[in-house]
Amino acid sequence: MLRSWFRFDPGRRRFFSLVAAAVGGAAWAAGNASGQTSHGDHAQQETPPTNAASAIMGDHQIAHGGMITVGEVDNARNGFDPDALLTDWDGGIVEILPDGMTLRTFEVEVEDKEIEIAPGVFFPAWTYNGRVPGPSLRAKEGERLRIIFRNFGSHQHSMHFHGIHAARMDGVPGAGMVEPGGEFVYEFDAKPFGCHLYHCHAFPLTRHMHKGMYGAFIIDPDPALHPEHEEVARSRLLGTPENAKWQEMMMVMNGFDTNFDGENEFYAANTIAHCYAKKPIRVSRNMPVRIYLINVTEFDPINSFHLHANFFDYFDQGTTLTPTLKTVDLIMQCQAQRGILEFHFRDHEPGLYMFHAHQSELAELGWMGMFDVVEDVT
Amino acid sequence: MNGTENVAKAPPSSQGNGGRWLWLLPPFLLLAAIVGWLFATDQFANLSRGAPPIENLTIERSVLEDGRMSFLVRAGGSEAMAIAQVQVDAAYWQFVQDPMGTLERGQTAWISIPYPWVLGESHTVKFVTNTGATFEAVIAAAVPTPTATAGQLRSQTLIGAVVGILPVTVGLMFYPALRNVGRQGMTFLLALTVGLLAFLFVDTLEAAFELAGAAAALFQGPVLVLSAAAAGFLCLTAIGRRSGTPQGAALAFYIALGIGLHNFGEGLAIGAAFATGLAGLGTFLVVGFAVHNITEGIGIAAPILKVRPPLRTFVALALIAGGPAVLGIWIGSMAFSPQWAALFLGIGAGAILQVILEVSLYLVRSSLSGASVLISPVSLSGFFSGMIFMYVTAAAVKI
Ligand SMILES: [Cu+2]
Repeated sequence: MLRSWFRFDPGRRRFFSLVAAAVGGAAWAAGNASGQTSHGDHAQQETPPTNAASAIMGDHQIAHGGMITVGEVDNARNGFDPDALLTDWDGGIVEILPDGMTLRTFEVEVEDKEIEIAPGVFFPAWTYNGRVPGPSLRAKEGERLRIIFRNFGSHQHSMHFHGIHAARMDGVPGAGMVEPGGEFVYEFDAKPFGCHLYHCHAFPLTRHMHKGMYGAFIIDPDPALHPEHEEVARSRLLGTPENAKWQEMMMVMNGFDTNFDGENEFYAANTIAHCYAKKPIRVSRNMPVRIYLINVTEFDPINSFHLHANFFDYFDQGTTLTPTLKTVDLIMQCQAQRGILEFHFRDHEPGLYMFHAHQSELAELGWMGMFDVVEDVT
Repeated sequence: MNGTENVAKAPPSSQGNGGRWLWLLPPFLLLAAIVGWLFATDQFANLSRGAPPIENLTIERSVLEDGRMSFLVRAGGSEAMAIAQVQVDAAYWQFVQDPMGTLERGQTAWISIPYPWVLGESHTVKFVTNTGATFEAVIAAAVPTPTATAGQLRSQTLIGAVVGILPVTVGLMFYPALRNVGRQGMTFLLALTVGLLAFLFVDTLEAAFELAGAAAALFQGPVLVLSAAAAGFLCLTAIGRRSGTPQGAALAFYIALGIGLHNFGEGLAIGAAFATGLAGLGTFLVVGFAVHNITEGIGIAAPILKVRPPLRTFVALALIAGGPAVLGIWIGSMAFSPQWAALFLGIGAGAILQVILEVSLYLVRSSLSGASVLISPVSLSGFFSGMIFMYVTAAAVKI
């Protein structure tokens, strides 16, 4: 007759303890013996804690009304810091070939690695170079690219690049699939320019993607090839004075299904739930912002990016030098869709400006952050 | 002869005694050696190689206060575990754990979450462990956890009386009418009592297993319930048989006690329904159980039809059979941990079984035809009438 009502009912302990004493001292004693050995004072155990949770909240957490993960992730143990992930482009090693062509060589190694994806929550990831997302490979349009890929993981893996290349270089079974302990060298020319990605294409694909095997693959336009938009192209090309005037950052939107039920328990940009909410990204109001945004979220058909109190221009896939969407504050991306966002805060007062997925559930499960707009970033 | 035996049994010298105790040493030494070897050579690690720890978290109680939810959780599973994050309605939320840190196997902690829950709406809380495993608590309809006010206690007692004591009293009031039923009628009534008790036995046991299933694995629900039932059965039998086989008023008291423990369970269900804000369901259960419990009064009256007990006996019987419903409502409304409720219902099932046995034996003793009375047409029709009546009235309150 009790059935389901009984499961998770509200209770009242102080009153309960009176009745329980009347009902059965034996049960009472058993309860005392079986649990809470580290907690000598039983009376205290019978009462839920009433101390204010705000005592453990920082200023930013209070801004979210307590709706945030608790604690800090050990970035040192993880071996990567989400703050650093924003800007640590991997340019590889550059050399000039006899024919005058530039050869850019990257080295990527697979490693099985447990990473902390939210404070205190550990996920058995498969990583490129020990991090999730993998290194943000960045090259210039037209260069010869050589990616030396070694698999030190426990399963077969590959690197499948979004871009243009030969069938032999596709990173699918039969074309650059690498067994554990093996090595493969992918070689192709960097084209087309844009904001691309790479990921493992071993099967089952879902498992390999979800385990963390993806990263940004940015090809900057060659200004010489785009005379009609040379200025824009120069601003995109890493290392130019025009590019230095931009505050560029990379965000890979991802999620983690930690209990294997086919739904993500955690969402983020750059892996760590709420990382940019707890430590807002400092940007100067005097320089424009450019975000290379990539969606690799598994299990959800789309992800999105919404910016508070501002609008941006959007370059779908980053393969154009003029915006494909102008003056929007929300874009959505299917899995593997990506693009470039450009905006500025020059007319804004300094302060915290939120950005997040505008699927509220994704935001509240970790994919939410803040820009801390200041006069100048030092 | 006698003397020789004594010598053989207990050697007088203390030295001989010590020598005897010395013989306890070898088996213990062997045991210690084996256990030591198992641990020293890490045999267990070989067995469990590669198997991840199995985590389990049981949510035993939940408390809703203004702007705050608290949960008493118990760690089960094979190893210690840690609660890393807490989701409320698919959003990560600040929480405080008391005591803090890793939960050892079997340990409990309160998780307190400042959360603006909505009156009458459903909330889902997910506890995420350090391995990413999740455990869910569902609050079907959020209402503030009842506080122990005098008014509340009064109304709970009143409801308990309406569910338990009143219908049993109504049943007992059939006593004068029942006195004229004759031998066949008497047989029918006793068999009817056995029938309704048989139904209550199955029903109580099922509820006990159900609750045991919701309890932490380390309580080993089924064994707990069956042990409690066996203990209830044996203890009551031992007490009841101290002064011979119970009959008359004594037998009526045993029936009342068994039914009382069952009504405790009914009280729990009603209390839990009210506590979770299911007032409509609670009212429905009150009415349903009340009607259903009238039969129990008739069953209690059956063995005392010939003895004409004083009025206070009837009062006592009504209180023993019906009173525990009050207790059940008190405890149910405060969401007693499931393992303790299962324990009580297990004892209740054992008690009911004991009453079935005694009533059946009484029926055999008071019959001219001996044991064959149990399968006589009158008995069988009485037995099945009891079963069917309980089945039909219980159906009214099942959902
Ligand atoms: Cu892979």
